[in-house]
Amino acid sequence: MPQKTLKPKGVSYAKYGYLFSLPFIIAFVIFMLYPTIFTAVIGFTDFKGVATTTYHFLEHPFDNFVSIFNNKTFRTSLVNTIEIWVINFIPQIGLALLLTAWFTNRSRKIRAQGAFKVLFYLPNIITAATVAILYGAIFGYPVGPVNDILQTLGLASKPFDFSTSPWAAKFVVAFIQFWMWYGYTTIILISGVLGINPELFEAAEIDGASPAQTFFKVTLPCMRTILIFTLITSLIGGLNMFDIPKLYIWNGGPANATMTTSVFIYAQAFSGSYLYNKAAAASMIMFVIIAILSAVTFYMMRDRSEARAKRDMRRLAKLSKGAAV
Amino acid sequence: MKRRKKNNIIIYIVCIILGILSILPFWIMIANATRSTYQIQQHAISLLPSVHLAENLKVLTGKTFNPITGFFNSLIISTGATACAVYFSTLTAYALVAYSWKLRQPFFGLILAVMMIPTQVISIGFYQFMYRIHMTNNLLALILPAIAAPMTVFFMRQYMLPALNLDIVASARIDGAGEFRTFNSIVLPIMKPAMATQAIFTYVTSWNNLFLPMILLTKKENYTMPIMVSLLKGDIYKTEYGAVYLALTLSVLPLFIVYFLLSKYIIAGVALGSVKE
Repeated sequence: MPQKTLKPKGVSYAKYGYLFSLPFIIAFVIFMLYPTIFTAVIGFTDFKGVATTTYHFLEHPFDNFVSIFNNKTFRTSLVNTIEIWVINFIPQIGLALLLTAWFTNRSRKIRAQGAFKVLFYLPNIITAATVAILYGAIFGYPVGPVNDILQTLGLASKPFDFSTSPWAAKFVVAFIQFWMWYGYTTIILISGVLGINPELFEAAEIDGASPAQTFFKVTLPCMRTILIFTLITSLIGGLNMFDIPKLYIWNGGPANATMTTSVFIYAQAFSGSYLYNKAAAASMIMFVIIAILSAVTFYMMRDRSEARAKRDMRRLAKLSKGAAV
Repeated sequence: MKRRKKNNIIIYIVCIILGILSILPFWIMIANATRSTYQIQQHAISLLPSVHLAENLKVLTGKTFNPITGFFNSLIISTGATACAVYFSTLTAYALVAYSWKLRQPFFGLILAVMMIPTQVISIGFYQFMYRIHMTNNLLALILPAIAAPMTVFFMRQYMLPALNLDIVASARIDGAGEFRTFNSIVLPIMKPAMATQAIFTYVTSWNNLFLPMILLTKKENYTMPIMVSLLKGDIYKTEYGAVYLALTLSVLPLFIVYFLLSKYIIAGVALGSVKE
């Protein structure tokens, strides 16, 4: 009987599921779970100083957290991180939406889209460390390409020092982030639009909607999930901003204007008096913020796939009904 | 109709300006890499190269910046991490797709939950742990964690669900192939396109990583390319403009080559990453 050989009864393959996940689970426990717990533990101890491995738990376990919350530099760094992210994100999403509207407009037929995407995305794959130092040179004082342009065009009579003005430093860091990421966001949004059911656009066209109406009334509402997803992933990335602020200007910039939380944590743990406990407490605060943000995306994506499953079920039910009739 | 055409011209102008904005900093960088420090001090911006490349190289290599060491360390770490991430993520995805086991759903939930957590926020514990087991200054500390890459597993699973026909797996079983062999000889070839996409992104991310390598690698002979680049901020390069531009150029040259060879796949990969329905 051929059936019997096709389905060998009693053989369970479940163990292979565990076996093949094992490397991932082992690496996850060693390199992610344990360091997370260890970071949390260090946050409750007096652990500091280079080349020491001993530590004691504090009498008042939350002392490090209290002192981090009261630390003026940490609070400044948290505000800076959010400020720099906002200054970069608003024009970034604006430009990305504009380019998306242009590139997906079916009556415009913009050519060379592939080449433009390649150009817009280019800065994103270049090492951020290199980009930071390159911009440090470009905005250099007293000699640097930007000052050169400003003076040649007569916009400035003498070179402007971008590294001593807090807001100039902040804006340059935000600009670099914008410059590195708008291409990525544009590509994501365009592919989001291409994933929308084309029948919707055809219906809008038949109803006589203008391109602007189509964009605001059809495209944007359909992209709600992808826009929120872009927002949250960008925010999580922004909260970890390190390379650019660390290397564009040394040591947090003028009046700590470009000191982000990651730069602060690095400075606490790996320079000065090596305050691992304070750095760990600050890390855990960031961990909680990021965990909350990623929980939002987690539920969003789960709901989305559930909604999709429901829709498929409905469609299936409709089909079977149609077949019955 | 005429008005539409005029609008399109504005779009092309904006796009071309943005394109120039993407290239110009790198163009200035490459041009200045060939100009002498004196020329740069006279005019920091020039679109034309000069003849002082060899001079700049001599200044550069006479100091701490060592592009060859940085290149090879980055090469070892990125290659190792990419191989680990791509192979084991595909294996984990296979466990999630092809077998039904009790903890499958909770395990997938865990992957979704930790997917967005960046390693940077747990770096203090990671560093202290590595310090205790004497793995600082060991490149493996930056390679082995790639075995657990939740984002890559997620992507691989999404790709595998429609792409892998389980009947093929079943017929391989009838032919007497072991489960592990089936994975290596049948599943891996099917997954090639997804693996290539993920390989590119893992490679570039690993190559560009600064935070963890900077914490873990304290010996000069272990420095990666981004750490080498961070040295340029130091005082010894303060007035050596030409040499600094040359060092930056050397650090991005491999990326430029990779990007212009694979840009089509990279752009497609970015777009693919977003369609997570």
